Amino acid sequence: MQFQFDSLTAFLYMDGHGIFVWAAYGVTFAALAAVALYPRLQRRRLQRELERQRRIESRRRSVQASRARETEPA
Amino acid sequence: MAWQWFHRLGSPRWFYQKTSAWMPWLALASLLLIGAGSIWGLGFAPEDAKQGNSYRIIYIHVPAAFLALAGYYIMAISGAIGLIWKMKLSFVVMRAAATLGAVLTFIALFTGAVWGKPTWGTYWVWDARITSMLILFFLYIGVIALSHAFSREQVADKACALLALVGTVNIPIIYKSVDWWFTLHQPATIKFTQQSSIDPSMFYPLLTMIIGFYCLYAWTLIAHTREKILQREWRTSWVQQVMRGESLSEGKAG
Repeated sequence: MQFQFDSLTAFLYMDGHGIFVWAAYGVTFAALAAVALYPRLQRRRLQRELERQRRIESRRRSVQASRARETEPA
Repeated sequence: MAWQWFHRLGSPRWFYQKTSAWMPWLALASLLLIGAGSIWGLGFAPEDAKQGNSYRIIYIHVPAAFLALAGYYIMAISGAIGLIWKMKLSFVVMRAAATLGAVLTFIALFTGAVWGKPTWGTYWVWDARITSMLILFFLYIGVIALSHAFSREQVADKACALLALVGTVNIPIIYKSVDWWFTLHQPATIKFTQQSSIDPSMFYPLLTMIIGFYCLYAWTLIAHTREKILQREWRTSWVQQVMRGESLSEGKAG
């Protein structure tokens, strides 16, 4: 097994077919990378959403608690 | 009990826990195989006598097309399992398979078009193989669109599964399209029953890429399924535990 091209330029040019080959590979790898990284993005989004919910919940609780204190008979 | 594994399989939590250990290995295998296969195919495989260097697109075109088709079976079968046994997890797999299938079909179509220009002189022809692949793409897109079209998730699941099952008709048409109709597309070069019409020096990098794409498919399908599980079950205590970074106990499947 041997490298088929004489130089890097020949490898990139591929006798005029380089543009097609590299475009195909580039788009494919970009699409595959997007597919592979998408779950990570989703995880982060869910994490943020859960944190937001937790903040809202704790704020609601503290408001309720202070209101209960205000209305408490002395 | 004989049926216990089957019920366990339907449990999102069980699936999530079981697959955690597989993920890094599947990721590593797919990166190594696709990396090695690409370098091999792009730089070291010999030039094709008729098509020159443009044929090197085969190393991504064929694996992507393989999995675009195999992925449809996975989507349709998990839809059917969900309909018959009312298995929640199965519908989640179906939705994940729809996303991956759409991307892989797009890759197959795009690389095919780019390959067509230097070899056939045109990016696109309305021949049987290409048109039926385009229909496959629309079927995947249709399932994705349907999955977002209902406010109730269970209704969307059933609608998607039905569309996926009806669309299965298209699969044998795609396989046989190069034999049934006159076409520009070359017939299959890899055959399981007889001698393949491809030289070993080109076949081994292709085989590496195909196995790599299968690993990548398994990895991303499981990864997407896991994220969708967390989204669906976010109210449950085990998901909240996962999101806090705590380890799950080997509790009952639930």
